[in-house]
Amino acid sequence: MESRSANGLMGKVLNLSFNGWLMIVVLVIFAFAPVLTEVFNQPFYLDVATRLVILAIAAVSLNLILGFGGMISFGHAAFLGLGAYSVGIPFYYDIYNGWLHFALAIVVSAVFAVITGAICLRTRGVYFIMITMAFGQMVYFAGVSAEEYGADDGLSIYVRSNFNGVLNFDDDTSLYYICFVSLLVALYIVHRIVNSRFGMAVRGAKGNEERMRAVGFNVYIYRLTCYAIAGAMCGFAGALLANFTDFISPEMIDWTRSGELMFMVILGGSGTLFGPFLGAAAFVGLDVFLSQYWVHWRLIFGILLVLTVLFAKGGITGVVANLESMLRRTRGRGSSAAKADGEGPDG
Amino acid sequence: MDAVLLVTQFLNGMQLGVLLFLVASGLTLVFGIMDFVNLAHGAFYMVGAFVCASLTFWTGSFLLGVLLALPVVALVGIVTEVIAVRTLYPRDHLDHVLATFGLILIFDELAHLIWGPAGIAIPLPVFLRGWIEILPGIVFPVYRLLIIGSGLAIAAGLYYVVSHTRLGMLIRAGASNRTMIGALGVDVQTLFTLVFALGAVLAGFAGMLIAPISEASIGMGNDIIIMAFVVIIVGGIGSMKGAFIAALLIGLIDTLGRSYLDDLFRLFMGGEAAETSAPAISAMLIYILMAGVLAVRPQGLFPPKVR
Repeated sequence: MESRSANGLMGKVLNLSFNGWLMIVVLVIFAFAPVLTEVFNQPFYLDVATRLVILAIAAVSLNLILGFGGMISFGHAAFLGLGAYSVGIPFYYDIYNGWLHFALAIVVSAVFAVITGAICLRTRGVYFIMITMAFGQMVYFAGVSAEEYGADDGLSIYVRSNFNGVLNFDDDTSLYYICFVSLLVALYIVHRIVNSRFGMAVRGAKGNEERMRAVGFNVYIYRLTCYAIAGAMCGFAGALLANFTDFISPEMIDWTRSGELMFMVILGGSGTLFGPFLGAAAFVGLDVFLSQYWVHWRLIFGILLVLTVLFAKGGITGVVANLESMLRRTRGRGSSAAKADGEGPDG
Repeated sequence: MDAVLLVTQFLNGMQLGVLLFLVASGLTLVFGIMDFVNLAHGAFYMVGAFVCASLTFWTGSFLLGVLLALPVVALVGIVTEVIAVRTLYPRDHLDHVLATFGLILIFDELAHLIWGPAGIAIPLPVFLRGWIEILPGIVFPVYRLLIIGSGLAIAAGLYYVVSHTRLGMLIRAGASNRTMIGALGVDVQTLFTLVFALGAVLAGFAGMLIAPISEASIGMGNDIIIMAFVVIIVGGIGSMKGAFIAALLIGLIDTLGRSYLDDLFRLFMGGEAAETSAPAISAMLIYILMAGVLAVRPQGLFPPKVR
């Protein structure tokens, strides 16, 4: 967590770990993204940033169950899809009320999470991975066979969610800031959850389920609640995504999407607060960068993924923390050794 | 109900079932023995189809193409195991899933590089193109019967290998206690490579069998691998018997569900409601089945004996 030896705000800032600095730099860049894309006259990159931020919300929600809770869900894209269809289907019936869209996205996702989670959480290990994936595919096939809403071809959304002038989804910059603030709120919520008694219980169950049970916690209920919160959060991201792309299709629920979300979490550093955001940024960044240069960029992507799993334990956050402790060790050998084990990544 | 349609759909379901078994058996072997989750297993299905297509055009004979493609797929399996998979065995399942997800991207893109974006159809030899009268008044394509027959034959062969040969003994021993057979002097690493290659060949063979019907295409493995996972979950992960029974069960349920569910729904709801809801439900049917099985028996129908 925060540094213990800090004297006030100034001391806190000076004592930041490398990951802390990285977080501040990334946040500042993203806070000014619309200005930067305006200055460099690259409106395309504002689109990239918006997509990135939305996917980051989904990754942050997945990290809550995967990273902190140890629940390896391979069907998280289903919630993205449920949220998106919660915007698309009302639109199809000429209902444009944004409050309704987002309320629907959150409620539908949470209910789906409770129902499927109740079954999934009865299983362990590899069974859990596969049953979540199968439930994701179930939603996918529901979308594919929903002829009324475009089936495979998807559904174009011509009118974005309408918040009666309170929020403007039609302006690119405004939409970007709505997504960015949503991401900040999501990060804050996760931060509060994992540091609360509830979050400690969920994290404890990841570490040692038997012991948590022996201490008297109903692990199943804690996990299910956590699963539902993550599902609702991802459903919210899905509603944003539908507004951003003006289009919904079953393709956004496909199991490879779930795999990509998982990759973002691992790439950034699972079980850390900020990791999934970094992971989403690296993922989308690589995606955009590589696809400009080579048609077969997915080959490099796959190789990178394998290498990350094999060699970069802890993802970006882990690598940065390792780098820092390595530097501190070589530099601090002469001076006091007491400061050596400073702060690692959050959690 | 029409008897001709019922028999035809039953056989189609069997065909899907044996193909699923060929893919799922490798998956369940690899999981049972190495405790390894291989999402990229479907890639061997695709590689088998593509390699067989190329070799068929090269040799001019589908049968020769299949025979020559089998060792190629085995080689691909061995190379994959040695380069990437071997280091992953001691890791947790999350790492398996992610790394093999990366392997899928690599395989799909390599196939794109080598064979191009379009699918390749394999022409069948003339003697396999005909139809045969299986029951009075019911005809069925010879080749589809051949798929069912060869799938069942391989299932029988696998049963023989696993339960009556020395290799099978090692496989069973490996599934129940890996450390122990290592301590007894068995070269575990070679055994693992062998089992992985065997799984790859089985999946590749399934891909070769289906290629003349639905052509070799990129991503074909990604569709079947999910169903194969459902099969091994329902059957009990690591169980060969479970994989066989669940594969046929799921093949039949999926196929029959798609053709008969709207008739079934019509019995207790309006025609229009049945027509709109049946396709959606039938597409989800096997997942509903899986959820049902797991809700009652989280370890699957035929869980392997305690390890």
